[in-house]
Parts: sequence; C-alpha cells; structure tokens
Amino acid sequence: MNAVPTPETRPRTLAEKVWDAHLVKKGDAGTPDLIYIDLHLVHEVTSPQAFDGLRMAGRPVRRPDLTIATEDHNTPTLAIDRPIADPTSRTQIETLRRNAAEFGIRLHSLGDVEQGIVHVVGPQLGLTQPGITVVCGDSHTSTHGAFGAMAFGIGTSEVEHVLATQTLPLKPFKTMAINVEGKLRPGVTAKDIILAVIAKIGTGGGQGYVLEYRGSAIRSLSMDGRMTICNMSIEAGARAGMVAPDETTFAYLEGRAHAPQGADWDAAVEYWKTLPTDDGAEFDAEVFIDADALEPFVTWGTNPGQGVSLSDAVPDPAAIDDQHERAAAERALEYMALEPGTPLKEIKVDAVFMGSCTNSRIEDLRAFASIIKGKKKADGVRVMVVPGSARVRLEAEAEGLDKVIEEFGAEWRFAGCSMCLGMNPDQLAPGERCASTSNRNFEGRQGKGGRTHLVSPLVAAATAIRGTLSSPWDLQTEGEGR
Amino acid sequence: MQKFSTVTGIAVPLRRSNVDTDQIIPAVFLKRVTKTGFEDALFHAWRQDPEFILNRPEYQGARILIAGPDFGTGSSREHAVWALRDYGFDVVISSRFGDIFRGNSGKQGLLAAQVAYEDVERLWEVVEADPGIPVTVDLVERTVSAGALTVPFDIDDYTRWRLLEGLDDIGLTLRDEESIAEFETRRESWRPKTLPIREPAESGSL
Repeated sequence: MNAVPTPETRPRTLAEKVWDAHLVKKGDAGTPDLIYIDLHLVHEVTSPQAFDGLRMAGRPVRRPDLTIATEDHNTPTLAIDRPIADPTSRTQIETLRRNAAEFGIRLHSLGDVEQGIVHVVGPQLGLTQPGITVVCGDSHTSTHGAFGAMAFGIGTSEVEHVLATQTLPLKPFKTMAINVEGKLRPGVTAKDIILAVIAKIGTGGGQGYVLEYRGSAIRSLSMDGRMTICNMSIEAGARAGMVAPDETTFAYLEGRAHAPQGADWDAAVEYWKTLPTDDGAEFDAEVFIDADALEPFVTWGTNPGQGVSLSDAVPDPAAIDDQHERAAAERALEYMALEPGTPLKEIKVDAVFMGSCTNSRIEDLRAFASIIKGKKKADGVRVMVVPGSARVRLEAEAEGLDKVIEEFGAEWRFAGCSMCLGMNPDQLAPGERCASTSNRNFEGRQGKGGRTHLVSPLVAAATAIRGTLSSPWDLQTEGEGR
Repeated sequence: MQKFSTVTGIAVPLRRSNVDTDQIIPAVFLKRVTKTGFEDALFHAWRQDPEFILNRPEYQGARILIAGPDFGTGSSREHAVWALRDYGFDVVISSRFGDIFRGNSGKQGLLAAQVAYEDVERLWEVVEADPGIPVTVDLVERTVSAGALTVPFDIDDYTRWRLLEGLDDIGLTLRDEESIAEFETRRESWRPKTLPIREPAESGSL
C-alpha cells in the first residue's frame, strides 16, 4: 500500500515552496499565516505615513539590512541637478531622505548611480533572488517574481507592518498556471504575451491567485522579458506572478553586487534548483496561450484587459455579451474618442512613451533602438525615452543608444517612473493620445484627459516612425524595415 | 483603529465597473506626506461633472458606496482608502474587489463588503427608487438592509474580527516576536542583504 503523502513529500508548486519556506507561524481556520519578508523595497510615495506610524509608536525598523529605498515616482527626468520645482514632490522626496537617515535605511537618491525605478534597481543589484519573498508599497512589485521570488505589492499600513516586524499576516494564495507554449514570431515580444493573457482572463481573472508563467515560450525569454510579464500580473488582478528559476536566471545573477559569492553561490544555486514546480503538483486553475499565434498587441480601452491584436479593429461594444463589459467598453470608447470598426493601425498618436517598470531595461531600449536606428520620428509626434535606472542609462550610453535616440528626434531622459503615472512633470495634455510601453491605460493615468494605448517597445518604435499605431511588420511591408 | 459594528446611512449607487484606484484618487494627489485631508481628491476627475452621482444633493453625507464589479483594481495606493474614508464612507459594497484594495480597507476601518452581483443590482434599484433611504450594514450579522430588502455579504473571518475589535495588526504580530526571532536564526546566511553596501564590479558616474 502506498503511504499517504505527507505535506513535505506531496508535489508542490513553486509558489507553495516559497510560501512554506517563509512560514514563521502557521495560521488556523480563523487566522492567517505569518510570513517572513526577505526584501523590502521602499519609495517616496507610499512610505511617509508608514514611517510616521513607527515614530508615533516608538518602534524601530526591525531589519534595515533587508530594506532599501529609491526615489522614483516624483523625480524629474530633466535637469536632475537642480532642486525639484514642484514643492509637494520636493517635500515627499525630502521626507524620504529624512526617514532613511533617521531609521538607518539605505537610500539611492536622485543623482546616485544606483537610483532608478525600484523594480529595476532590485534585480540590477542582485538583491532580487529566487525563492525569496519581496514586498514594496507598489503594485508592480510582482516584477520580481521573474526570478522565482514571491513578490507582491502592499499598502502603506503593510509597509509599516513590514518595517516594524519584517513579516506579514497573509492568507495563502491560490495558484494559476499560465502555460505559454510555442515560439514567438519576430516582432512579437514578452509584452504581447502578457497583454494577450490579460485580455484572455480579464482584469479580475487573477484575483486571489499567484500566477506561474510556464511553457517553452516563457523558458526562452530573457530575464528582462520575464520581468515584463510578471510586472503586469497585477493588471490581470493577481498580486504576484512567478517564473521558475533556471540557467537563464542564474546567469543573470552571477557576479551582481549582492548575489551570493563563492561557496554561498554554490549553496544558493543548489537550493534554487529545488524550487521549480514538482511534476504532479496541482494548480487551482490553468490557462493556455498559443505563442505561435500571437501578434503584436495593443489596448484600445481604459483597462488593460481591453486589448486586441494590432491588425484588428476597434471592437463594437454592441457585440459584447457581458453587460458590464459592454458598458465599460462604451464608456472606454467615449473617453478614448474612438469609433467601433476603426482599424487600429489608422489611429494617430501625439506621443510615444518608452519607459516604466514594465519596459525600461537595457534590452527594451536595445529593441526600441534597433527599429528607429537611422530613421526620423514622424512629424508632430513627441517621443520620450526614459531609462529605468541611472545604471541602465549609463549602459545604454556606453552602447551609443542615446545617440540613436537623439538622432531619431526623441528625448533621452534621466531615470524614473515618469509618464507612466505623471507624478512628475512628464504628463500628457488633455486629449493627447499616446502609445506607451507602460502598464496602465486607466483614464487620466498619464495626465488628466490623456489617452493611452499600451504597447511593446517594438510597437512603440514603429509607431513613433509612422505616427499611427504600427508594428515592425508594417515597416517591413513598406520596405522601411531593418 | 475604532471598533466597527453597524453603520446606517445614505448609500450612493455608483453604476460603474472596474473603478480603478487612479479614478478613486489620481496620482497627483499622492504627494502628501499625511494620512488625512484626501476628501477633495476622491473621484477627482469625475466630480468635475456636476451630474456625477456624488454631486447630487440627495446623496450628500453618504456613508455607504455601492459600486459595480472589480472596484479598487490597480495600484497599491492606500490613499484610495484614505480618500474614501476622509470623504465619509465607512462601507464600500461591490461584487468583486481588487485584492490589495480589499486588504488596505481592512487595515483602515473601511468595510469592503462583497455582495453577490444580483444583490448589488437589487440594492441599486432600491436606493435609486428612493434616494437617501437609510441603508444599514451589520458586520455582526454580515447583512446589508435597505427598506424591505436584506442581503448577505462576504468578508473573511479574520478581517471581520479585527474590525469588530478595532485591533492593530502590528500589535497582534508583535505578540509573536519570539517566533520571528527564532525564524531569523534559521535563515540561510546567503540570503540577500541590502547592508553593508556592496559595490558592483564596474562602476560609473552620471
């Protein structure tokens, strides 16, 4: 007779393994588990009230050595050596600096070589590692799941909680496998995969789940591509998305400043290799995506699930069965000033934004530059390129990408969140339409009255050349391609 | 946190789905370093429209918001909860909430009551037929009542208990300080640390 599997020998998913390894205290029917947090990323927007709370209660930060802060949301991307013009932005940055000094937290300020978007900085320093738990007061913390970490966004009360206790009380998540099998065609990228996933399961489809992205198309992606996918898990409603660590992960990490070294490296890799989901482990839900069939993708509406292939037309709300989705589509088309049936490729843009924690890493910039090299941007289109971190900016400049970008007629900026959410001066004007490599096409997200179409770096580049939503495929048919 | 049991007040029917946190409070209002004073920022863009439901006289002083599905999707900003609370809302009703928003609500004494979609429709109909009719949300019984209609709502037991008792999460967790310290002794030494700072092999300057 076969023995009943014990909890330790039962096949487990990647997410379950990471969860189990961080159990400080198991909850019971009524109470959540207490989970240890390995890495806490902090930025200026969601932390001031948390530090205030600590101060009022007389509590220290439990583990400054597991905490790191950067300035990113409010920071200007021009003239960074001058004082920040907006007094409220300046106050928020100065508050972070004061709090970091008072509580002994490592901070990379504007002008520092390690400054940048918090989700670009963590991986770049080698702090984001397989099998760890990562939190940040920012929903795009899911980015770090690309390394096989359990990473999710938290609110300010939870930021205070982690600062004080290095733990969080949490109910276990359900697990969902997103199987992406096949080979992407040239011109189709990680961004198109995740936009297609969100369009398929909807903005609420992942609620309560950790998504694990699996399959041959995911395995063949670089770390930068995997980060793009995990980044937008939250747009599918999931707090976290993960990819099992493999040789690609280890190669990315080896030699980075905070990656394990020497014997520690060997011990770590040995452990990391035990993390992938066991054969026979069960997911609570599964989704299948055919990578071979994917095309460059674009959103037409005001939530990230409202997307279609770029070769399609703006959908007709009347053809949508679900009454909420129909109402949402009608409202979205009104806001976006679009008519049903319009081919997406005929939609003219006023601006192109290349940046954000979704697509501002070196490979994203290389992909963008490969399309625009030697060309001029379309007349009347404003093109802004914002690297994810100061170090990415340096790396791009060492490769000459800044020259390619400037000769194209685009603006080459300093690092930060920038026009993804327009907390700094980088905003759309009312009514302006933008092809954006960022993650949210919500009403007013990039500036009050601004209209956002979410796209990949390749589509952003082709759109900047033609002035209408376009993919590299359109350039090739015109004989303008690479 | 104040103890929460029963709320009776005016309810606003917000017939919109996917009300993301950028609609609840746009990013430009996130620059404050305080936890209060966000009432003017709530639904800022929509409130510019005099016909927007929150601007209608019959819904002034409302304490309960009845919204469409997928309320509070998007960013982690707890400011969305602060803005709702500062405006005067004690309860948000929806058939589905963004996960982070729901968690943030429970920590700030805002009740996120999950009601089946058909029941949300029925509540909307009752409230729209008689704007200003008192609506009662009972956390002990987990019910919402308006006129002759009473419907159940879902909330997890732990959040309900904390709201009823007005408990502070950090205080609760620190009761387990010994378990945390014990866990820390078992952590592998190679797990990442942010301090001391290690310099990358090659450095540069801006």
